Amino acid sequence: MHLVLEKRPEASTAMAIASPFIAFALTLIAGGIIFWMRGNDPFSALYVYFVEPLTQWWSVEQLIVKAAPLILIATGLAVAYRANVWNIGAEGQLYAGGIMAGLVPVMFPQWQSPVVLVLMLVLGTLGGMAWGSIPATLRNRFRANEILTSLMLVYVIQLVLDYLVRGPWRDPQGFNFPKSITFTGWQTIPYVTTSVHGGVLFALVAALALWFLMSRTLKGFEISVAGQAPRAARFAGFSEQKTVMFCFLLSGGLAGLAGATEVAGVITQLQPQISPGYGFTAIIVAFLGRLNPIGVIFAGLLLALSYLGGEAAQMSLGISDKIARVFQGILLFFILVCDTFILYRIKFLKSKGATA
Amino acid sequence: MTEALGFLFANFFSLNTQLIVLAALTPFLLAALGELVTERSGVLNLGVEGMMIMGAVAGFGGAFLTQNPWVGIITSILAGMAMALLFAFLSITLVTNQVASGLALTLLGLGLSGLIGESFVGQPGVKLPAIAGIDPLMVAAPILTLIVAFVLFRTRWGLVIRAVGNNHNAAHALGYGVSKVRYLCVLFGGACSGLAGGYLALVYTPQWVENMTAGKGWIALALVVFASWRPIRMAAGAYLFGAISILAFQIQTYGWGIPPQFLNSLPYLVTILALVLISGSRALATRNTPAMLGQPFVPDR
Repeated sequence: MHLVLEKRPEASTAMAIASPFIAFALTLIAGGIIFWMRGNDPFSALYVYFVEPLTQWWSVEQLIVKAAPLILIATGLAVAYRANVWNIGAEGQLYAGGIMAGLVPVMFPQWQSPVVLVLMLVLGTLGGMAWGSIPATLRNRFRANEILTSLMLVYVIQLVLDYLVRGPWRDPQGFNFPKSITFTGWQTIPYVTTSVHGGVLFALVAALALWFLMSRTLKGFEISVAGQAPRAARFAGFSEQKTVMFCFLLSGGLAGLAGATEVAGVITQLQPQISPGYGFTAIIVAFLGRLNPIGVIFAGLLLALSYLGGEAAQMSLGISDKIARVFQGILLFFILVCDTFILYRIKFLKSKGATA
Repeated sequence: MTEALGFLFANFFSLNTQLIVLAALTPFLLAALGELVTERSGVLNLGVEGMMIMGAVAGFGGAFLTQNPWVGIITSILAGMAMALLFAFLSITLVTNQVASGLALTLLGLGLSGLIGESFVGQPGVKLPAIAGIDPLMVAAPILTLIVAFVLFRTRWGLVIRAVGNNHNAAHALGYGVSKVRYLCVLFGGACSGLAGGYLALVYTPQWVENMTAGKGWIALALVVFASWRPIRMAAGAYLFGAISILAFQIQTYGWGIPPQFLNSLPYLVTILALVLISGSRALATRNTPAMLGQPFVPDR
């Protein structure tokens, strides 16, 4: 037996829609096998992981809080990936945003006014844009590979934050812990329910705005053409360099805003680690959401569930919450596999045939 | 301070320091060699970091459970190859997007190694014994470099690999098994990355720490670009890299008030600088780039 791919006459719409659902189903099966191998009952473990967090209101609120940064970052990444601009340093742009947002309350701890919050969010967005503009500039000016440069910059900015909270920005009354002062009042985002901060609305607004950009505007068309047919884009006079810069500023800015909302809405201070890898998980969210801002909303909720389920599994099954990252990785693999069948059909040949 | 700098400089060329530099460059060189062969066959595997960290956890685990470091070396290679096989099946057989598949491999490797390695945290590692004062892998890396250079440019195999990487349609028309060659090259890459991870967990810092590769796999990827796909040039690049990270470390011990975080970020900054310098020159950057790099191959039937 020999497995070969055969190109479909045209892309399968049914498969394009079904692909993420099949991928998720396969992930559940793989997850069940992992639980079974560890000696848990796979069905009850999967229930604890994927269903139980949705049965209680407080954990649904947690789901929304965790989904917000993922959606915010992934909508930007979805647009960039559409244009074949590979920003994989969103985690770094998130950190840059968090640092810039923290700048205001750290420098002016007494300042209390709605202006402070607005300033924090604006500076956070600008910080993410600035950090994202570096790989874009390096690609445009020197043709340096943006995958590698954007990723290297993640490590650099994490060290910058580490330096700040251990050095000049450390809370003088903080018993030498590597933390800044705790933000209060207008230095934080007001809550809309008991545990959901108002910043989650940005995610919804961003996803809808980018859906409009991609499907209803010339800029969105330019981006799609740049990704699918770069030569055609050049003939049409669309500047490749401008597209690269636009995608990095957009995805970097949204990641920076995500960092600012995490710092001002959830953590309410600066510490060495301000994200459990949202910037990397958002890559999976973007792909699972079909690189479509609306799809990203649902994908973001699902991936947020994987974080929550990990915590639930740790509490009631005694399994490390690191299993969340394993599920996330497996899910991305299955999505990529399923996407192959949008364009191809699988055929099995007897190996001794002339075609093999 | 000038005196200290002079001392630092003189000390740098002592045999002792040179051995430390050699130890620091070995994981980069090993992983980058594997990736160089993979990329020469036209496949871009961005999962080096993931294969490396799996190699590290498997190497540590194998050595810890059997108390035999050589078993650890073998398990690290096998773990790297298992990850590479997964990547090869996706990117070669199922023609998935190579960039995304490589990222998936890294994310999966980082997660899986954390889960597997949880019980190893804080356990004493088993160190690979040095032979005549020198770690065997430290010698193996330069020798492997020469072998790779020889095979790629002086043998028929190397010609086939480069042909597949430069024009898979022509290679296919001539009757070479494009997929088979690519599978083998990706597996070789996985073995090297796994071994590089094993070196970290068995020689460099014989213990298991989550995310202990800390971006070394990504730096190895940059090293391949920096060396413009030439093995000997890559060894030189790796030396430069090892030297800078050791110098940064030694400067730290003088305590001139330079924040350690700045010195720790030097390898990443140097990588960016190196990429900018090499990529900026069109002649250097494009002459050796495998023409089919990252392009999927589906033969017409």
